[in-house]
Amino acid sequence: MSFDIASLTLILPELFMASAGLLLVVFGAFLGNKSLASISWVSFWVFLAAIFMVLAADWSPVTIMNDMLILDGFGAGFKIMVLAGMMASVLLSLNFVITQDGLGRFEYPILMLLAGLGMLIMIMSNNLLTVYMGLELQSLSLYVLAALQTKSLKSSEAGIKYFVLGALASGMFLFGTSFVYGYTGSIEFQAIGSSVTALASGEAQALPAGFILGMVFVLIAIVFKISAAPFHMWTPDVYQGAPTSVTAFFALVPKVAAIALLIRLLHVPFAAAVDEWQQIIWFVSAASMIVGAFAALVQDNIKRLLAYSSIGHMGYALIGIVLATSYGLEAVVAYLVIYMFMTAGTFAVILMMRKEDVPVTSIRDLAGLSSYQPAMAYALAILMFSMAGIPPLAGFFGKLYIFKAAIEADFVILAVLGVLTSVVAAYYYLRIIKVMFFDEVANEEIVFVKSKSLRVLTWGSLVFVVGFILMPSPVLDFAQSVISGLLG
Amino acid sequence: MASSALLSEYLPILIFIFVAGGMSALMIVASLIVGKQNPDQDKLSAYECGFDAFDDTRGKFDVRFYLVAILFIIFDLEVAFLFPWAVSLGAIGLVGFWSMVAFLGVLTIGFIYEWKKGALDWE
Amino acid sequence: MILALSFYLFAAVLVVSSVMVISARNPVHSVLFLILGFFNAAGLMVLLGAEFIAFILVIVYVGAVAVLFLFVVMMLDVDFTSLRKGAMQYLPLGAVIGGVLLFELITIFGAWTFAPTIQDNIVNEIAIGDSVTNAEALGRLIYTDYIVAFQLAGLILLVAMMGAIVLTLRKRAGVRSQKVAEQFARKPSDAMEIKKVTSGTAL
Repeated sequence: MSFDIASLTLILPELFMASAGLLLVVFGAFLGNKSLASISWVSFWVFLAAIFMVLAADWSPVTIMNDMLILDGFGAGFKIMVLAGMMASVLLSLNFVITQDGLGRFEYPILMLLAGLGMLIMIMSNNLLTVYMGLELQSLSLYVLAALQTKSLKSSEAGIKYFVLGALASGMFLFGTSFVYGYTGSIEFQAIGSSVTALASGEAQALPAGFILGMVFVLIAIVFKISAAPFHMWTPDVYQGAPTSVTAFFALVPKVAAIALLIRLLHVPFAAAVDEWQQIIWFVSAASMIVGAFAALVQDNIKRLLAYSSIGHMGYALIGIVLATSYGLEAVVAYLVIYMFMTAGTFAVILMMRKEDVPVTSIRDLAGLSSYQPAMAYALAILMFSMAGIPPLAGFFGKLYIFKAAIEADFVILAVLGVLTSVVAAYYYLRIIKVMFFDEVANEEIVFVKSKSLRVLTWGSLVFVVGFILMPSPVLDFAQSVISGLLG
Repeated sequence: MASSALLSEYLPILIFIFVAGGMSALMIVASLIVGKQNPDQDKLSAYECGFDAFDDTRGKFDVRFYLVAILFIIFDLEVAFLFPWAVSLGAIGLVGFWSMVAFLGVLTIGFIYEWKKGALDWE
Repeated sequence: MILALSFYLFAAVLVVSSVMVISARNPVHSVLFLILGFFNAAGLMVLLGAEFIAFILVIVYVGAVAVLFLFVVMMLDVDFTSLRKGAMQYLPLGAVIGGVLLFELITIFGAWTFAPTIQDNIVNEIAIGDSVTNAEALGRLIYTDYIVAFQLAGLILLVAMMGAIVLTLRKRAGVRSQKVAEQFARKPSDAMEIKKVTSGTAL
């Protein structure tokens, strides 16, 4: 029997999240939308409890459930990041969903919970079939979340666009999987890995074109989820159209899970094809940095600008993956942790801002913010400085680790490109600061809603961003332990 | 190609397809040949109580039909999982049995949700 | 002979109906051609010995998905001819992409080497045409070996259900719907009052 009851205890966090989600569905169905706040808080505590379950578990590598899932330190570390991101996303949504017309539905936190479960499955999958199931569970929930504000035409448009392009990416994943299966005879990661090694060292001394094609298609689907160029087209429209709290969630969590999956795919099943995938990821990384830097220059919508900014950030993170060194991967993890803190703080500030009861989305509305709300203006300014990578803030160190790793691994061109695009990108981050501090106050002042959770997130992220220079070791130690869980 | 033993079971269906196709083709062709074909403009135009047609023949459907259809698909897929389970129940033991019970449990929760939301009511 | 003949028949009709799906002027015709295409794909599946997949194709795709497509086509008030007007300008680009894909497939067909370990990777070998039918062979794997994927499929269906309801269900104001429970709970005493009327007096 390939199934064993004892292995259920190993996936306790996932089982717990699934059962909590199911119970909340019934709870919400009976109580209706007025239970939204309590369901949000319950899901917040569920994520926290799941973090503790992951922490309490044994992190030595083991495959379970007929080798469909793998539990290791790498997965556990990324799970903690995803769950922490989910907690932040719940906090970000608490105030926003009840104030927006048509958004305050009890399904909102439940869909987030199920999306989170899908991401955990992606992180811990050891089989292309499980990857697909996790990917679909995650994406389907995200499509619905994007379109949740049915009264807003933009939100529906975002949902449709995301759905159509996401379905295309899923199709590409399946197409690629069928090729990989055809050439290696397996969909299980270790078996694919040994088959690829055998193929590469076979008589031809090269991988067959069909296998490479399959691998490329699989990678395209994952890169689509990370929203790296040239598969980023959906990102600005979806970020702009979706309700802002959903945008914050999109920027914060799914990318982390997709990067974890990408790293595992590249280092377990496709490890022997390193020369082939390095070219692909190299190109994707360079393209994302360039698109993220230049396309954002002309944006006036904050959400659209942050979409391009996130594309750029993913480009920097991908540099660390191209290197295929453990130091590079550690830099990726550290970069992602810093990115998550900065994004959570930025969105917390944005979600607080209202102009005549309408959420602020235009950069021009920020004009003269420092004259009547100096604290918030300085908070946003520090976050923008950090995003731009200006020392001594956390964002600078994230980029520093990445570029240092790139130079050590002789990827000088990428490092130089990264520095150049950072300089370009700094322009639009600094433009926001310029508008806030040096422009005349616009006709109507921005009102900041009173929300304890958003304030806590803002200050927490500020403390991290500013204090990182004093104590970087927890993040670096965490990154090291996560990557040693994969590469040993 | 699969073994001929399996496929020979499907031979009657193949024959049936040919007979069905032949019959329908025959009827169309026969009506073309036997019937008098003498079309003119008035015969071919749409007839609506003696007036010309006012607008498109297609009217918009209510979005509710879509909801019913999609819920039908979901339960249809669920039932599709029941067929292999039913025929292999003897071989998969208790784990297989409870695995399906858990699956049905999840969908029952979906059903409760659907019912309480009023998605099954027709206004 | 019959095998080869039926393969070419199914394959040819499938290709032709697929072309018709995207080129038919009337979207309802497109959906009908899609159904024809599904039927022929099911026929091909039977020829491969995958009878269960063939039945699922007919039950789920023809029986449900195609009906859903018909509803969608009828629901949308879209002028498809004007929608198609700009399509021709994308034709060169589409042709280039199609050509590249075709070229790739041909290259792959030329270099047809499989992993030498491919035999060791076979996990569940099932001889088709044995005493075990397709459905049973699948059943022995789905619910035990692939239990994770199976349960996740259940959750995905749940999300699909929630998504469909959340996005499309709207309560319309001013609609009087039937409340069965209230109807049953109604007693004669709620609706009428019996009064004694003595003769010769008014109420």
